[in-house]
Amino acid sequence: MTECREPLDLIRLSIDERIYVKCKGDRELRGKLHAYDQHLNMVLSDVEETITTICKDDETQEEFTNTKKRQVDMLFVRGDCTILVAPPLRTT
Amino acid sequence: MLFYSFFKTLVNKEIAVELKNDVALTGRLHSVDQYLNIKLLETKVVDAERYPQLTSMTSVFIRGSVVRYIQIPKADVDVDLLQDAARKQNTSSQP
Repeated sequence: MTECREPLDLIRLSIDERIYVKCKGDRELRGKLHAYDQHLNMVLSDVEETITTICKDDETQEEFTNTKKRQVDMLFVRGDCTILVAPPLRTT
Repeated sequence: MLFYSFFKTLVNKEIAVELKNDVALTGRLHSVDQYLNIKLLETKVVDAERYPQLTSMTSVFIRGSVVRYIQIPKADVDVDLLQDAARKQNTSSQP
């Protein structure tokens, strides 16, 4: 069994697998991981990006959570935007 | 160095760069460096009405740190080669 010494080794196990990435700016990505480096720069394919925004109605003070989705075939993600990397969540 | 080599294989290809300030540009990749700074030719702004001051640009230099995403045509990527390189590069060298 491959030894896991560092957190980056854990990500290595996910190459060629679908992963979930939480990014800065309330963004989430779900895609297949092809490559990554120590900065967490990544190349993902068949990506779905979800951008979450919260709109507040000024009169009623109600908060609405809005999500916008986008599909991209092949995406390079810069590592400094990444917050966390995980296998895809089972609820979605 | 992995992604530097990766982008060198994409020189002359059409890419879309999304910056951290939400500006999106499309263009032909002219060159890249070790910091992943990018030089783009034949640049077009995606939402030209929103950023009219950028319509006169044709050739741009983008500092690597301001990039959020780069969209690449799937056909231009050799997925197996990329995965192999990523696996090799990230093997921990500790005994």
